[in-house]
Amino acid sequence: MTTTTPRLLTGGEAVAQAMRQIDPDVVPVYPITPQTPIIQGFAKLVADGKAHTEIVNVESEHSAMSAAIGSALAGARTMTATSSQGLALMAEVVYIAASMRAPIVMALGNRALSGPINIHCDHSDSMLIRDSGVVQLFAESAQEAYDLTIMAPRVAEHPDVLLPVLVCQDGFTITHAAEPVELLPDDIVAGFVGDYVIPHPILDVRHPTTQGPFAMPDYYYELRFAQARALENVASVLVAVAGEFEQLTGRRYGALECYALHDATRAIVALGSSAGTIKDVVDERRATGDAVGLVKVTSFRPFPTAALAAALGSLDDVIVLDRADSPGGIAPLHAETAAALYGSNARLRGHVYGLGGRDLHPADVHDILVGAAQSYVGLRGELCLV
Amino acid sequence: MGELRDWRELPVGGVVTPGEAAQPRTGGWRTGVKPGVDIGACVNCLLCWLYCPDSAIVLDGTAFAGFDLDYCKGCEICATVCPTGAISMVAEGVA
Repeated sequence: MTTTTPRLLTGGEAVAQAMRQIDPDVVPVYPITPQTPIIQGFAKLVADGKAHTEIVNVESEHSAMSAAIGSALAGARTMTATSSQGLALMAEVVYIAASMRAPIVMALGNRALSGPINIHCDHSDSMLIRDSGVVQLFAESAQEAYDLTIMAPRVAEHPDVLLPVLVCQDGFTITHAAEPVELLPDDIVAGFVGDYVIPHPILDVRHPTTQGPFAMPDYYYELRFAQARALENVASVLVAVAGEFEQLTGRRYGALECYALHDATRAIVALGSSAGTIKDVVDERRATGDAVGLVKVTSFRPFPTAALAAALGSLDDVIVLDRADSPGGIAPLHAETAAALYGSNARLRGHVYGLGGRDLHPADVHDILVGAAQSYVGLRGELCLV
Repeated sequence: MGELRDWRELPVGGVVTPGEAAQPRTGGWRTGVKPGVDIGACVNCLLCWLYCPDSAIVLDGTAFAGFDLDYCKGCEICATVCPTGAISMVAEGVA
């Protein structure tokens, strides 16, 4: 196992270091808060000769993802990064990247979608492209953002997958907050990531292909199904890649992380950095005899429905915290969890919290656990309690 | 159109390899008119072959040899570029 001295890094800096170590061939990117420190840090590393990447200064995120598709399918390992409105502008092309099976790795600094315009964290940008067919892995910390970024090319480029992988880290809470991060040695990362191999590189001129062709009603359906099946394949690929990563680092990853769950009678389900806050509150409540646990969903797409059902199905109470709303419907993580728990006896309730960067304090989590929180946590103005 | 493939048989991303474009017989899109030729007026300049946006002009070596209506959409480009008027459009159903 490889151990290194932790360095004090923000999530953005940690992912920039991961990109330096992966040393992608091409990075088409457009800056946007709170992703900017990732590409700013990486561009400096390239300018200093620490990575050998062609950075393409594009005029928009729509172009960033378009260029990323071209380079990834040409045969070049390709990464990019964005947030919020950038992802919204890119969304049309994200769907195409998935359908063309371009294994692009993208860092996402999660930020609320306009309007009103806001630069702070929530997960509405991720949820906008929920059904685009890309992999979405959520980090709890800068360390997880680094680790998931190192694993991401292996997942994206696996022959059973060949899809874009987004490594999502909460804007500011992770992108801009410094914490100790253990980086792997450069040569270990190079060996772990390996060479970039895809089945039909455009620049393989001895085997010419037309890519991204028109598909009529006779083939669109089959191609969409094949793409959806590739996303489902991520579940087993992630287990294998995370297993190798654990051998290297001792750090364990999966589609879910269960915390204090083995003897719990109830649990919270959450994504991203709030899981850290919730773990602290779980520890405090455990000390008072409250048998509460946490299930952190790392892989939001593909969603680990069966694993979540197995983890939560025998509990009395399940509380889902969503950092995105679905106006007129049920918030995304709540809806997924409800589907997973259909037929179990667990009582389920959901809360929306933290939109536009509203903090989730430990006291809020206590309130949620004792039934003293509104359905919209921390919202000013009285609602019925749930 | 030949036998349709199921989802497991399709290449990743639906990439198309050389020659596959012959499979969809797009002549089925044609409406109204099809090209006919007065072969005596043909000077074998092959402008029709050069300009045809699909593969509806058939050659025998380097000699004009007629039309493959499986790929002809009736666009009339061949009749328009023909310098001698050898090609003209005729109604569907006329031999």
